[in-house]
Amino acid sequence: MSTLHALAKAQAVAAGIAQPVATVRHLHLHARPLVVVPLALAGEANAPLGALVGAAPDDARLLVVPQPRNRDQRFAFAAELAGILLSYVDGHRAATEAVPVDRGRDVRHRYVDAPQLLVPNPAGITFLRLLGRSTRFRRPDGEHPVPPAVPLLGRWLTFFAERAEHPGSSALLAMTDALTLHWATGQSAVEDLHLPALLGWIDPPAGMTGAEAAARAEDPALHPPAGPATDPDFDNRRLAPAIEAYAAAEDDPEARAGAYATLEALLRDQLAPTWELMWRGVGLLRGLPPGARVEGRWAGDRDAFTAHAEHVDAGGGPQPRRDGAVAAAVRLHRLERALTSYAVQRAYDDPLVMAAHRLTGEAFVGEVTLADPGRVDDTGKRPVLRPRIQVVTTEPVLVPLGATLHSPVRPGQKARVVFLTPAADGKTEVVLELSGGMGRGLTAPAGSVPEVGERVCYTTLSDAFLPAGAFPAPEETPWTHGGPPTTAPDLDAGPAAEAWD
Amino acid sequence: MTSSEERLAAIRGGVPARRHNARTIAALTGNPGCARRAVLDGAGVDKPKLAERIGFPARFGQSRFAISRGNAFEAQVKADGGVALLRLVAERLGVEPGDRADWTDLGADDDLPERHARSRELLTAAAPTGVEQPAALFDHPLLSLEVAGRRVHLEPDLVAARLAGRYHVVEIKSFPVIDGQADPAKVSAAATQSAVYVLALRELLAAAGHDPELVSHEVVLICPRDFANRPVASLLDVRRQLLVLRRQLRRMARLDDLLAAVPEDFTADLTAEPATLATALATVEARYAPECLASCELAYFCRHEARGHTAALGRPAREALGGLATVPEVLSLAAGGDAVEPEQAEAAALLRAAARLRADALGVPA
Repeated sequence: MSTLHALAKAQAVAAGIAQPVATVRHLHLHARPLVVVPLALAGEANAPLGALVGAAPDDARLLVVPQPRNRDQRFAFAAELAGILLSYVDGHRAATEAVPVDRGRDVRHRYVDAPQLLVPNPAGITFLRLLGRSTRFRRPDGEHPVPPAVPLLGRWLTFFAERAEHPGSSALLAMTDALTLHWATGQSAVEDLHLPALLGWIDPPAGMTGAEAAARAEDPALHPPAGPATDPDFDNRRLAPAIEAYAAAEDDPEARAGAYATLEALLRDQLAPTWELMWRGVGLLRGLPPGARVEGRWAGDRDAFTAHAEHVDAGGGPQPRRDGAVAAAVRLHRLERALTSYAVQRAYDDPLVMAAHRLTGEAFVGEVTLADPGRVDDTGKRPVLRPRIQVVTTEPVLVPLGATLHSPVRPGQKARVVFLTPAADGKTEVVLELSGGMGRGLTAPAGSVPEVGERVCYTTLSDAFLPAGAFPAPEETPWTHGGPPTTAPDLDAGPAAEAWD
Repeated sequence: MTSSEERLAAIRGGVPARRHNARTIAALTGNPGCARRAVLDGAGVDKPKLAERIGFPARFGQSRFAISRGNAFEAQVKADGGVALLRLVAERLGVEPGDRADWTDLGADDDLPERHARSRELLTAAAPTGVEQPAALFDHPLLSLEVAGRRVHLEPDLVAARLAGRYHVVEIKSFPVIDGQADPAKVSAAATQSAVYVLALRELLAAAGHDPELVSHEVVLICPRDFANRPVASLLDVRRQLLVLRRQLRRMARLDDLLAAVPEDFTADLTAEPATLATALATVEARYAPECLASCELAYFCRHEARGHTAALGRPAREALGGLATVPEVLSLAAGGDAVEPEQAEAAALLRAAARLRADALGVPA
């Protein structure tokens, strides 16, 4: 945790309300995100108990599993969820746009929009990931057939869960993560995982402090937990009798309908408060203007969505249980690159995030006191435009001479540190030599070189393109990594071997 | 009765000490620096009741569904007299299961001392002598451990398996292992609990003059595999947990030192007035961290007390704030106040810079 973020937490304690740690929104927010609030049965391996699902606050569909231990009912739940989720996903496959590739020599197409799933917390993401894992290998034929939509749902849920690991992706978001990215509360990170308490700090009811609202929200009797785990007290006193009543009424259709209605009402009671919180969270996030680079990252989500939709259309198989050595290395490399670029982009988009880098000396802000925009370096074979500027800053400058810096407002330009001179009052004079981002001529276009009096920020963080690493083909996996895979990925072996009960 | 024991009894208010089990002993390793917890646990105070009495009830309910699922899975794994269990364990350890195995259930008797004596007798008699011995399984042995000067009986849901010349603790848990991975928090809790059993089993053998190393530090964890009920065995190395546990038990054995720092009139007598109890508790220092919420029954009280302290924000936040203890201190330094202690000067400069940068970025006056 940066000192800046920790200070915001301390300020939140004193102020009694959460403090902003971002001035812009760092994630994409869909016009109609699909909110999923799942509940699971305690003790079981990801057995769904119920869910509220919908893409608008007044459009919540309640799914109920009256006997969560029953496998057929589990897959009936998956089929019902598939009905909602797959049609939501398909709704984003109408319009495409052309994207130039290979320096404009070719084009590819991608969807102009992509689906977005929102769940209350990271445990909700895990729930969807495991639901995807438990359904994607199922088959509509054979010994234990499931509805055809079930394995397809599994593959899409797996797609979303994998995107959720990708730093900067907005395809599947946990509301608690989304909110703590923008606000610091006066409680710990563990407590921030509880959505009702977190929103208590960010948006306390009138007349209450954040701490009071959070304490109130922690009482499961006043506010049900945001799932997927249920409150044990609720399980023991209300849910268990309701499930038993439903099971006991097996032979009596009328009693069974009554028992089902009771169960439905119970689960709705548990889910509805979280549903409200989810949309309150969406509203709070919408109140922030999006960061400049959010749209670019969302384009990455749209690319991934297009690619997966095409893979499914082309009859490609489900995602393997585990990546092979090469696939794992490629994935890790991709995630690392995304993480680096996401951190840089957030700093470029948001002065409050950049402030954390200024505090550690990776960036500084100062005023341009001298500028020579027409300076030409003619020591080489041909003369090149190399303007110089002098920046005076009061902040500590911890970069070495010769370092290459970048400025968020001129991302295409490099600035080499030529001189560092301590000046009066603890100030530092930094002379920078600029290259790039000024066209090909020997005169810099207006605005491409900072002018005297301009306030500028320079940083060691670079948003320049990171080249992808080179990896061998799977059949050329080196022996150090287990050698080439001996068998094809276990597409069929897995599900058949997985017992039904 | 020693004076320490008298004092501990007085702290409890005359009621018998609360019984420990592997779970509570495992929980002791959570926050070893907390004196309040060490004293209360050492005295065997009923912490859940105490927390409730002072108005900060703990929330450690267990769902019926989880309990019945756990029992059902355990029953299923042991259903055939341990044949399948033995094969599973042997396969995981990479040894031959052998053609026969003895299965002894030590859980039948209700009388604890008697059961303990029987467990000790049989487990000692069956101590491994070599690989050629046939496999033997002991279900529900009653073990014991010295905690804060008292013998504590442990009723583990475990099987002690003698296999290939060693005892292995076999623990059956009902959380799933999906594609070779399980919930890390649950695995680590299981490892700590198993370490308690390994330690108790080792002490039992050592007391009878056997080599304690005959009990393996590798615990076999049996869990349902993927989304079905088929069991799968995994190995857990609990050496690290054993170290932590030993250290903490030694510390509790030296309760005298801790008690010396506790005021004479300190009480956790449940019949006392809540206000008296709260005042008394405040006299024994706690070391609250947000992690306590998951393991200590008194955590909500301590959290309330720690309000305004940086520790309540979590260790990373406290460290990022230069280790300063309280929020007012932090804010005063950030606002340009003078550092009281010279070693706070660095933190003060950092906080001042942070406050200036925050104000600058948010466009508000610093």
